[in-house]
Amino acid sequence: MDTRELNLELYRKLYLARRAEEKIREHYGENEMKTPMHMSMGEEAIAVGVCHALKAEDQVFGTYRSHAIYLAKTLNTDDFFAEMYGKDIALLKGKGGSMHMCAPDHGFMGTSAIVASAIPVAVGASFANRKRGNGKLVAVFFGDGAIDEGAFWESLNIACLMKLPVLFICEDNGLAVHTPVSKRRGYASITNIVAQFSCSVLEDNATDAEVIYKLTHKAIDLIKTTGMPCFMHLRYYRYLEHVGVNEDFDAGYRAREEFEEWYRRDPVKLQRDKVLHRFGVKEDDVISIEREIDNQIDRSILLAKQAPFAECSELYEGVFGS
Amino acid sequence: MRKISYCEALNEAMAQEMEGDSSVFVYGIGVPDHKRVFGSTAGLVEKFGPERCFDTPLCEDSMTGFGLGAAINGMRPIHVHIRVDFLLLAMNQLANMVSSYRYVSGGKLNVPMVIRGVIGRGWGQGFQHSKSMYSVFAHIPGLKVVLPTTPRDAKGLLISAIRDNNPVIFIEHRWLYWQEDEVPEEPFTIPLGEANFLHEGSDITVVATSWMNVEALKAAEILSRRGVSVEIVDPRTIAPLNDNLIISSVEKTGYCIVADNDWLHCGFSAEVAARVSEKCFGKLRQPVYRIGFASTPCPTVRNLENEFYPNAITIIRAIEKMLGLEPTDLSKEEFYSHEKRFKGPF
Repeated sequence: MDTRELNLELYRKLYLARRAEEKIREHYGENEMKTPMHMSMGEEAIAVGVCHALKAEDQVFGTYRSHAIYLAKTLNTDDFFAEMYGKDIALLKGKGGSMHMCAPDHGFMGTSAIVASAIPVAVGASFANRKRGNGKLVAVFFGDGAIDEGAFWESLNIACLMKLPVLFICEDNGLAVHTPVSKRRGYASITNIVAQFSCSVLEDNATDAEVIYKLTHKAIDLIKTTGMPCFMHLRYYRYLEHVGVNEDFDAGYRAREEFEEWYRRDPVKLQRDKVLHRFGVKEDDVISIEREIDNQIDRSILLAKQAPFAECSELYEGVFGS
Repeated sequence: MRKISYCEALNEAMAQEMEGDSSVFVYGIGVPDHKRVFGSTAGLVEKFGPERCFDTPLCEDSMTGFGLGAAINGMRPIHVHIRVDFLLLAMNQLANMVSSYRYVSGGKLNVPMVIRGVIGRGWGQGFQHSKSMYSVFAHIPGLKVVLPTTPRDAKGLLISAIRDNNPVIFIEHRWLYWQEDEVPEEPFTIPLGEANFLHEGSDITVVATSWMNVEALKAAEILSRRGVSVEIVDPRTIAPLNDNLIISSVEKTGYCIVADNDWLHCGFSAEVAARVSEKCFGKLRQPVYRIGFASTPCPTVRNLENEFYPNAITIIRAIEKMLGLEPTDLSKEEFYSHEKRFKGPF
C-alpha cells in the first residue's frame, strides 16, 4: 500500500472512532445508552496505529476504555451501537455494554473492567496460538494504572519466561482514574524497569497514527526476530472525565492547559491536515469520506434505537456451554 | 476389577485424556517436580513433555488468567494447586474473569478449563493449608464445582471435567488420596451433576461431602449393627447442584443431617438445609441438622485440631439424638487415625 493510501486508511479509522464517540456524547443525554462510558477520545492514534498494523486474524484484548480499539479492529459500528443501546441484535445482547465489548470473529477477544485482569488472559491466548501453530499474534492494551497491579508484572514475567509472542501496549495517560503517576510510583521510569526483562521495549508520545503504525510494525518484527514479547509504552492525553462523556477540567486535579497543549496535535486533526497538505488529497474528497462514515454511524444508531431488547429469558442464556 | 488409589485414579484420568486429546495440558506450581503434587502428576512430563506439563512462577492469579486465555483459544488446561488455600490468590480471575467470560462473549468463547485444588488436613497443616472453600466457588455462577470422594469418582469425574466445555473447580481431599477401590482401566465418565448413594438406608439421610463421606460410612457401619439404617448421599457436584437424590432420600427417611467438610456459616450445608426445607418441609420429622468445622481458623496443635474437625463420632451422636436413641458404646470401635497413616515431616 502506498503511503498516501495508508494515511487515508488511517484517517478513515481515526475519524470513525472519533465520530462514534462524538455521537455517543450527542445521544447520551437521551438516557437510552445506560452503560458507563469510558471514552477513548485522545487515544485514537494508538488504537488505530496498532490495530492497523495487525493482521485481521490477530487477536487483541482491551480494557473498559476500548471504544477506539474495538472500532479500529472490527469497523463494526452496527454491533458497537447495538451493544451501547443493549439491544437484541448485538452479539452480547446488552450483557456487556461499553465496558465489556467482545467480537471474537474479528479477533477482538474481550476486555476487563478490573484493571490489568485481561493481561494474563492475553498471555495464555498467545500460548495457545503458539501451540496450535496458527501464527496469530496477541496484542493487549492496558492503561498506566495497570502497571501498578501485580497481574501486569506477573504476566510480563510469564510471557518473557515462556518466550511468548505478546505485544504489550501500555496506553499511558498519566492517570489512574484521577490519581497521577507521582502518587502511585516508587520508581522513575517504567521502560527502564521493563527493559530488565527478556523482552523488547519501545516508547513514543506520538499522536500521529502513522508513527504508531510504523512503531507497531517494528514491534512485530522484533517479536518475530527475537522470539520474545515486546512492551510498547505510548503516551496520550485523556480528553474527557474518567467515566462519562464530559470534560472535567474544573474538578481541580488537572488543568485545561494540559489538554490544550495535547489538543494542538490532536490525532484526528493531525491526520486530516496530513492527508490534505502532505498528500494533497482534495478537501472535498476528505469531506466525502467523512460524510460516508457519518452516514454509517447514523444508520447504526438508528438500527440500534429501532431494535428490540432481548426477551427476558435471555438473562439465563450463555452461562454454561454444552 | 483391579484396584487403584484415588491418587492413581487422578493420574490415570489426566494421562488418558492427554493421550487422547492434544489440547489438554497440565500446569501449576510444583507439577513436574520430584514430588509431583503427592504423585498425582507422576509420569506426565516424561510422557507428554515440558510443553504439556510444566511448572510456573508463583503467580496463581495470572496463571489462572493464562489458563482462561488458552481455553478460549481452544486448549483444555488443567491448573493444579497443591492447596485450595493458594487458589484464593486467583479469586480475581475466578470471580471476575473465568466465571463470566463465556456469558459476556455472547456464547462465542467456551472456557474448558479444570482447576484442581487439594484440601490439606492434619500434622499441623494449620489455618492456611487446610481450607475447603468450595462453597465460595460454588456461589459464583459460571463455575462448576466437583468434590470426588471415591477413586472411581476421582477418575470418572476428572475425565468429565476435562471434557466439559466450562470451567470446573475440582476439589480433592488429601486424605482421600490413599483410598483404594475398583476403578475401570479404560477411560470412562461420571456425569457432572449426578449424586451418588454411597450407602443405602431407610431410617435417616446423611448428605456428606468429600472426606466427611468416609466418616459417614464409618458411622453407618457402626449404627447398622444396632439396626439403624443410614442412607448416605454424596452430591459429588455441588455447582450446579442437582438435588434430586437428596430430596428423594429425605422424602423416604424424613430425617436429614448434612455433614460438610467445611465451615457451616453461609456454606454448602446451609444450601442443602435450605433446599431440603423448601422441598421436603411436610416430610421432615425433625429440623435439618448440620455438622461441619468449628467456626474458627484451623489450629495447628493436635488436641485443638481434633476439636476443630467433626468425625464419625460426631455423626453417630447427631443421628442418635435426631432419632431419639441412647448413645452407642463406642469404646471398642476403631476410628480412622491420621497418626497411623502419616508421621511427617511434610
